[in-house]
Amino acid sequence: MSRGIRRRFIFSTLGFAGVALAVILGAPLVGSTSIDLRRVFDSSIPVSENVDAQIFFVARLPRSLAGALVGATLASAGVIFQGLLRNPLATPFTLGISSGAALGAMLAITFGWSFAIAGITAVPLSSFAGSIGAVAIVYWLSVARQRGLSTSVLLLAGVTLNAFISALILFVQYFADFAETFRTLRWLMGDLDVSSFRPIVVALPLAVVAFAMFAMLPRALNLLSLGPDSAAARGVDIVRAQRTAFFSASLATGAAVSVGGPIGFVGIIVPHLVRLLVGSDHRIVLPASAFFGAAFLVACDTIARTIMAPVELPVGVITAVLGGPFFLWLLVRR
Amino acid sequence: MLLSASNIVFSYEERSTTLRGVSVTCAPGDFVGILGPNGSGKTTLLRALGGLIRPASGAVRLDDVGLSKLGRAAAARRIAVVPQEIHPAFDYSVIEMVLMGRYPHLGRFALESPRDFEIARAALAATGTLELEDRLFSTLSGGEKQRVVIASALAQIEGQPGSYLLLDEPTASLDLGFQLEVASVVRKLAEERRIGLVLSTHDLNLAAGLCRTLVVLKAGEVIASGPTADVLTPALIRRLYGVESEIAPHPRTGRLVVVPISREAP
Repeated sequence: MSRGIRRRFIFSTLGFAGVALAVILGAPLVGSTSIDLRRVFDSSIPVSENVDAQIFFVARLPRSLAGALVGATLASAGVIFQGLLRNPLATPFTLGISSGAALGAMLAITFGWSFAIAGITAVPLSSFAGSIGAVAIVYWLSVARQRGLSTSVLLLAGVTLNAFISALILFVQYFADFAETFRTLRWLMGDLDVSSFRPIVVALPLAVVAFAMFAMLPRALNLLSLGPDSAAARGVDIVRAQRTAFFSASLATGAAVSVGGPIGFVGIIVPHLVRLLVGSDHRIVLPASAFFGAAFLVACDTIARTIMAPVELPVGVITAVLGGPFFLWLLVRR
Repeated sequence: MLLSASNIVFSYEERSTTLRGVSVTCAPGDFVGILGPNGSGKTTLLRALGGLIRPASGAVRLDDVGLSKLGRAAAARRIAVVPQEIHPAFDYSVIEMVLMGRYPHLGRFALESPRDFEIARAALAATGTLELEDRLFSTLSGGEKQRVVIASALAQIEGQPGSYLLLDEPTASLDLGFQLEVASVVRKLAEERRIGLVLSTHDLNLAAGLCRTLVVLKAGEVIASGPTADVLTPALIRRLYGVESEIAPHPRTGRLVVVPISREAP
């Protein structure tokens, strides 16, 4: 079962990467106007006259890629947070990052902030700033009393911060007008209504940094899941590993939420399905979850924009409808 | 080749001082038992010996090098710790659990080699758990889990001369059969492999039967230490637990047996 770790790693990673690639390239073919993959890549037709290619590359591919980036990021952040907190029910949003992001986004919407940096508008910028703020508060609380991170304080601080920020959001909402409230609500549902490559290009460097940090972590996460003492006794520098895990997963989550809003359940469904298929070794689970997360979210988004066509549902509604029952099943399974 | 703690003082922030100047020495092949009532600092002393906490004063040394200077991975190659219980957050197989012991021997991105698998299987064999290698850890009984965790510790210190195994109440949650099983596994390690063992326990008879040397803690201080037969006396039991007892070699095994008689009136 555990023999040939290298072989299991290669098979699993390539397999999930193949699924992701197929879904990412397949999703843009689905939609109100049906297009043909052969025509899309037919080089005999000039691009300016190739309607299929234009729909594929300009109208639909950005959304598919954004879904892949957000899905991969949320799913891997879920793996990291579950390992860090030693809690299989943790999600990227458990520690209040999404609440901080929501507060930022809502302030930008309610007060009509209109600044932009590098073509990125106030709402995603403020949401990212809000998530950084939440991360800073939670981190400060969890290291205040001891050297290293206290995971129990992290959890409690995160849950409390979530509740507190939700109260702040309601407070500001009370003074918002109808249209602003509607926009905020829409943002909170989580949506991948991306129509250009710009958000992807801006979020990508953050994601690359986060994934490079993730790559350092799988073995340490395996050991951390035995408990901090057991990990340290086997030679893990737990303070460094916990800090790397916390900041990389938080950064990744903040970036993903600024692109797609707080799309729920991806960070818990995907890691658990992957573990059911490939076991618990983080060296295999982490890359598999990244690829499967990309495939899962792009597939959900394709359902979201076609199931009630011409109405496009926010993808967060689909992931929540699938994820809620799944989460409950996980809870009662053992 | 010695593992020694000298004048360790340590306190958890929120409590009063847990260890007040404790010294212990263990040599390869030694079998040291740490005795003491609840809250006397046994577990804390083991954590200090394993380098898991940094004492406020005093130092733990391995071959005369301070553990804090040695570095976490280097210390982990020589000193393994077996906690009272392990509850992995995820389901790992037995062989995966044992391979985790190889952590301090592998580079950051290295995968376990066939040699690491060999070492892991040898460790499972040494604790009589080789047939469990493909089972999920969570499905094992308490005694099996304890032996697998000991196997993981063995894989961790394999091939290192002068290595140490620290066991925190290894039999506390086990029934009589498993207690004896774990005791015999552990005794073999000290006798055949010249591993230095330090074991904390509540179980006076386990300590009497296994350990060559005893260190007795009360309220964070060493109140007695030395060869088991010299240290383990009715007077000590009275002082530790307020219990009258008789201590005599067992007619068949020859090992010391502690028989509690009555609780002294306060």
